[in-house]
Amino acid sequence: MTLQQILFFIFGAISLGAGVGVVTARKLFHAALWLLLAFFGVAGLYVLLEAPFFAAAQLFVYMGAIGILIIFAIMLTRGMMRQRHPRANRQWWLAGILAALFLATFVRLAWQGPWTAPAGPVPENSLGLLGLTLVDPGGFALPFEVASVLLVVALIGAVTIVRER
Amino acid sequence: MMVPLQWYLILSAALFCLGLYGALVRRNGIAILMGVELMLNAVNVNLLAFWRYTEPAAATGQAFAAFVYVVAAAEVAVGLALVVATYRTHGTVVLEDIDLLKG
Amino acid sequence: MSILDLAWLIPFFPFAAFVAVSVFTYRNRVLSHRLVIGGIAASFVLSQIVFWAAALLPVGGGEHAFESALIPWLPNGLEVFSLGVYIDPATAVMLFMVPLVCLMIFIYSVGYMHGDPRYSRFFAYVSLFATGMLGMVVFNNLLAFFIFWEIMGTCSYLLIGFWYEKESAFRAGLKAFLVTKVGDLFLMLGLALLYAEVGSLAYRDIFSPETLEHLAHTPFLGTSFSMATVVALLLFGGTVGKSAQFPLHVWLPDAMEGPTPVSALIHAATMVSAGVFLVVRAFPLFAAIEGGVQMTVVAAIGAFTAIFSSIIAIAQNDIKRVLAFSTISQLGYMVAALGIGAYVAGAFHLITHAFFKALLFLGSGSVIHGMEHGHHHAHEHGEHEEEGEGAFNPNDMTYMGGLARRQPITFWTLVVGGLALSGFPLITAGFWSKDEILAQAYELAPAVFWVLAAAAGLTAFYTARMLCMTFLGQPRTKAAAHAPESVPSMTVPLIILAVFAVGLGWIGIPEHFPVIGGLIPNWFHHFVGSTIEPTHAPEHAARAMGHAAEAIHGFVWQPLALGLAFALGGLALGWLVYGWKPMQAGERDRVEAAMRKVWLGWFYDAMRNRFYFDEVYRATFVRASIWLASVFDAFDYGQVEGKHGVVDGLVNLAGRVGRGLSQVSDWLDSRIVDGLVNLAGRAGRSISEVSDSFDLGIVDGLVDGIGDAVRAGGRFIRPIQTGRVQNYLLLAVVEVLALVVAFFLM
Repeated sequence: MTLQQILFFIFGAISLGAGVGVVTARKLFHAALWLLLAFFGVAGLYVLLEAPFFAAAQLFVYMGAIGILIIFAIMLTRGMMRQRHPRANRQWWLAGILAALFLATFVRLAWQGPWTAPAGPVPENSLGLLGLTLVDPGGFALPFEVASVLLVVALIGAVTIVRER
Repeated sequence: MMVPLQWYLILSAALFCLGLYGALVRRNGIAILMGVELMLNAVNVNLLAFWRYTEPAAATGQAFAAFVYVVAAAEVAVGLALVVATYRTHGTVVLEDIDLLKG
Repeated sequence: MSILDLAWLIPFFPFAAFVAVSVFTYRNRVLSHRLVIGGIAASFVLSQIVFWAAALLPVGGGEHAFESALIPWLPNGLEVFSLGVYIDPATAVMLFMVPLVCLMIFIYSVGYMHGDPRYSRFFAYVSLFATGMLGMVVFNNLLAFFIFWEIMGTCSYLLIGFWYEKESAFRAGLKAFLVTKVGDLFLMLGLALLYAEVGSLAYRDIFSPETLEHLAHTPFLGTSFSMATVVALLLFGGTVGKSAQFPLHVWLPDAMEGPTPVSALIHAATMVSAGVFLVVRAFPLFAAIEGGVQMTVVAAIGAFTAIFSSIIAIAQNDIKRVLAFSTISQLGYMVAALGIGAYVAGAFHLITHAFFKALLFLGSGSVIHGMEHGHHHAHEHGEHEEEGEGAFNPNDMTYMGGLARRQPITFWTLVVGGLALSGFPLITAGFWSKDEILAQAYELAPAVFWVLAAAAGLTAFYTARMLCMTFLGQPRTKAAAHAPESVPSMTVPLIILAVFAVGLGWIGIPEHFPVIGGLIPNWFHHFVGSTIEPTHAPEHAARAMGHAAEAIHGFVWQPLALGLAFALGGLALGWLVYGWKPMQAGERDRVEAAMRKVWLGWFYDAMRNRFYFDEVYRATFVRASIWLASVFDAFDYGQVEGKHGVVDGLVNLAGRVGRGLSQVSDWLDSRIVDGLVNLAGRAGRSISEVSDSFDLGIVDGLVDGIGDAVRAGGRFIRPIQTGRVQNYLLLAVVEVLALVVAFFLM
């Protein structure tokens, strides 16, 4: 067991355990806290994958922005938290079976795959390369611009939807 | 690099299935969105793992992961707005009670 | 950097105008229409620059189609779809026609839509439509073509149903959308097949000689058809839907529910001709196999559509429907021309038709507008119509008459348009393009020639009928008597289009035409004829092209004479029937009267009712899909809705059978068993008790069991349509899982 493998197990256990917490927590607020922990575990995995930029983005975007947004939404719909509801609907057993089947299929596929060893080291300036690819007309320039439009549209849409009429 | 690629794939599959289960069974709209977020994270782990293990010199995998971030941000903004709006109009965020699609 | 690179900006201006109007300026009507007209005017100027550059160079230095630098557009992992501008002569002439017609119609709309509550929205939609049409023309691959094609389809839907308060308009929009989608589905399948086979959708790749050769020699799924045939037929499916060819022609007449400028723009000049343009564009593919079945299909459908819809047009009284069927018929002309290989002639007719048909529609709009105003005017002055308020239909030609004096500009421009449509010799554009089609049909496919010539005669006849009924004689209603001439923003575009409806023919006069041939070089033929370079096309396609070119090198007088006889004969006959002694108010249509006299009334009824296609489709396709939907609905909800669904019915049936059984057993019980009891005393009573317990325990149990089982089954199936998102998601997951298993683990 190398250090990397140990770290993988630690972060993997954090994200999976927290994920279980997210889907089973009785109180919504607790689920949100578990979600933040799951995000953190995934950020650790990104570090192991030598993608530090995404690890940082995970912390800022997911734990920072999205986490806060979810907690705000929980606060705004606070009335719901007091009511006692079963946390799962009636199709939970079917969904569980399906999710398990999905997992089994994925695991089987993952073992079957012709995966090779890691291909070479990550280049020094992989972040710079990413940036160039995103704005390169020969790469992802157009999707990148479309993505920014999508964000603007989503923002305007969100504001329009929740605006008091 | 001693962690085999399979481990990442299986981990992300497990995370994805957890998110899927959450999205399928939780009654609260916000909790469903959390499940979706988990699924998106699992996808990102997959994308970055493949990037690292197959072609780290090209930035394609990273670029796709970045787009997933954008989509996730847009999704959570609109999704939560919808939940809040639903709460205002229907007085509930329990999706089972909202069945306007029912013929 | 060539000047042609600017072409990509052409669709951009209308799009910018669309965004600006729909987001910012929709409250300000004048600013909105100024922006939209400014956008199309900018496109127009740019298109003219590109057109003249392309025409004078000629395109790409005389040898090739021009293709700009490619911009990567859709990276999809392994491959990248790239986007660029592709300009060849066919594109160039479309660029000449489309923005000009759009500009005229937009200006006209300012007058026509004046006072409409959704004025700005109208302009935003038509601007988006212009984006679709121009984008479809300028870009260099079939995927972009398809995307812009669908943008146009959406705009068409929105604009047909623009006055959606009217039930009929709303339904017409839906019908147009659904019917054209049938064709679009084929087109999409064609693109998918082409992409799977070639790995590219760029024109340069798919129409290269090697690819065509490859497609022509690859059998399709082991059948005797080649890949080229199948792809061409699938693409042609898109044409049939969009250009309203038989059997998908039913949507176009209903599309006349939209505002008249929309009918002129979308359903006469541009969008419906996009289907024809698709065949022009993909012509190398259609011609890839000599004598292939695809060309026969194209020619047959085109010729049949041409004659069939011109027969219908004779019996229509709604002026816009006459024009709609005329459009279908003229599109059939173009398609037939393409099908016999005369693709330059087809493209020529496409361009000339766009001008004179837009002119005719705008003119009819001016007439309708005048009728509406006249109606209001008469109404205000207390002169009530005899037929009452509800019966007034401004589109109905039987209510018109005598409008020539009231609307002189509209009258004269419509006469020009009508003569162009009927192919009045020498001076009108329609004559030259029709003559070219007929001349080539005479050489290449005599059967098609006779059908088209007959259709030309019918066309002239109904055109004369329309003009005479509308403009000649005495006004048949008060509305017609008070109809004013339209405002200048409507009449000026009419005049400009009328100029083109005449003058445009002169660029395509065959060189060997007697007397005037060769005075003006046959520019169109040389220019557009170079779209498919003989050196680059496969050998037999080149031969087909050469053959078509030969056909007009020598002058053949028979088709000209026959075409003239039919056109002039039709016009003269129409004038004799309807113009010599104009119709009086309340008089029956003269063709109808004549046909009824010779026991052909049933045929006339069929013509007026468009050969019952709508009814047949309603009875088959529409009924079938509604039936299917209601079966599912009944299966799920019969009980909830208070009606009896399938599940519910089964439950009730089982219950009824059970009740019947127990009644029988009850009857046995009370009559015979009681008699036995009375007869046999206690022994009998004990037997009765046994029977009773049998009744309760086994018969009832069985009945209840069946009922419960069925009810449980229903309960198990019903959640499929709960309206709950998570249930749907669950089903989706099941399907994805099934697919994954099927693909990877089997």
